[in-house]
Amino acid sequence: MPFGLLKYGFRKRYPAGPDLSWPSDLKSHYDVIIIGGGGHGLAIAYHLAKHWGIRDVCVVEKGYIGGGNTARNTMVIRSNYITPQSVRFYKAAVDLFGTLSGELGINLMYSQRGQLTLAHSDATIRTFRLRAETGKFCGTRIEMVDRAQIREIVPSLHMPEDARYPILGGLWHEDGGTARHDALAWGYAARAQRLGVEVHQRTEVTGIQIEKGRATGVETTRGAIGAGQVVQAVSGLSSVVAKMAGIVLPIRTYPLQAMVTQPLKPFLDPLVSSAGLHVYVSQTARGELVIGGGSDPYELYAARPTLEIKEGLAMHLLELFPFLSNVRILRQWAGITDITPDYSPIMGKSPVENYWLDAGWGTYGFKATPASGKYMAQAIATGTVPEIIAPFGLDRFATMDLINEMGATAASH
Amino acid sequence: MKVMRCPLNGERNISEFTCLGEVSEPPAPDGASDEAWAAHLWNSNNTAGVVREWWCHVPTSYWFIAERNTVTDEILRTYAAAELFAKGNNE
Ligand SMILES: Cc1cc2nc3c(=O)[nH]c(=O)nc-3n(C[C@H](O)[C@H](O)[C@H](O)COP(=O)(O)OP(=O)(O)OC[C@H]3O[C@@H](n4cnc5c(N)ncnc54)[C@H](O)[C@@H]3O)c2cc1C
Repeated sequence: MPFGLLKYGFRKRYPAGPDLSWPSDLKSHYDVIIIGGGGHGLAIAYHLAKHWGIRDVCVVEKGYIGGGNTARNTMVIRSNYITPQSVRFYKAAVDLFGTLSGELGINLMYSQRGQLTLAHSDATIRTFRLRAETGKFCGTRIEMVDRAQIREIVPSLHMPEDARYPILGGLWHEDGGTARHDALAWGYAARAQRLGVEVHQRTEVTGIQIEKGRATGVETTRGAIGAGQVVQAVSGLSSVVAKMAGIVLPIRTYPLQAMVTQPLKPFLDPLVSSAGLHVYVSQTARGELVIGGGSDPYELYAARPTLEIKEGLAMHLLELFPFLSNVRILRQWAGITDITPDYSPIMGKSPVENYWLDAGWGTYGFKATPASGKYMAQAIATGTVPEIIAPFGLDRFATMDLINEMGATAASH
Repeated sequence: MKVMRCPLNGERNISEFTCLGEVSEPPAPDGASDEAWAAHLWNSNNTAGVVREWWCHVPTSYWFIAERNTVTDEILRTYAAAELFAKGNNE
């Protein structure tokens, strides 16, 4: 692999081949059916085939792969959460990103340039202290920084002392970064296909077949398929698909919006985020600013963007970087996200036997893709949920063992 | 901006309102299992389609009922809570 690029460069001819082939017909039965061809579903398929020798796998995607939230997100990758369970899990994901481009043979443009989160109140400073200490304890690179250090990290930040929301301090997370999100879906899909996994696009699951409390297959717009195990990884539509299996989830679906500006000369290296101002920003390799913030105010299944949210993002961004006032917005969009009461995901078993949940990824699931893929595959292959994802089971709600990440998630994703 | 009709205050910008979730019946205080209470507390139908919800006009603290479509983002009807609860289901 290390010489792949060199050899490619010296070749005489560059025949173009399709990255993905279109499998012809659906078979009547697979060992595992995965509903949803986003990063999560494809990563689970890849790991089942690669590490557990389970290659009779079918990914069923109603649109095209990565067309859901995988290619709509703002690419924030970080592990600066507040509970040890979350920090350990997301740290595993961040660690996997480090070697993923090589493993998948696709350039994910993974760029670990650090994330700075700003505090505008004493209450936030207190939670930052907790996050910094929890993070250090779990082995992530994270520390509290004062105003002078913030100025060094992001010299272009506007920091007047008499601002309405003055910047009091920050949380500096060196492990934070970004990666190309659609490449993640394509990389997993192409690798999984080479190992024998079938990826069927434009095929919608319309029902789940259940016999005596066990999932035995799915109905699709192209006919019924039998399965040994069924996994759902459908983000915003989690509740809709789970209902087909008779499962009601603690999930509510809200739109989340983002926007991108015209390209500018590079001026912003780290990711900057402010929960107090409900805005975060990063600059891409192309120079565009990717800007996001909090969720829409009410539940909705429509990925329609609104002017109010865009005005709010722009207004708050200008408090941090007033010199951007003449910059134009190039693109803007929304995705529908599956939010849980504690802003943590739901991974693992469901009340229906042989039916697995990978849901509740809300506004924070992109960074988790490699880890959920790896550990969900292990759970499905062995029938035992690995310790690292065990705290995220659906049963945690009935026992009140919530993993509250609202403060560390709501506006930074 | 999207506009909602408050039964008390008439048409107002949607930013003046908060949604407080679907109208649902709590389990009986005596007799219902812990599982039933947990489900009531945490679970949500999260319906893709027409829902009936509690909304509040924040400046006047007025609570009312709204029926809307969560797929098309259309508000179908808003009305006073009395209309729903006057039908003899709250003795
Ligand atoms: C604007 C925005 C910004 C975000 N920013 C970040 C961020 O910075 N960092 C971060 O970590 N996370 C972020 N997220 C969240 C992240 O994008 C998601 O949690 C993650 O991508 C979910 O991946 P997935 O594979 O589970 O879902 P998706 O990529 O949405 O894939 C699910 C797939 O299931 C398919 N599907 C649904 N129903 C059916 C059916 N019945 N049959 C067949 N297929 C079906 C859909 O078509 C879809 O392709 C953001 C989300 C949004 C919307």
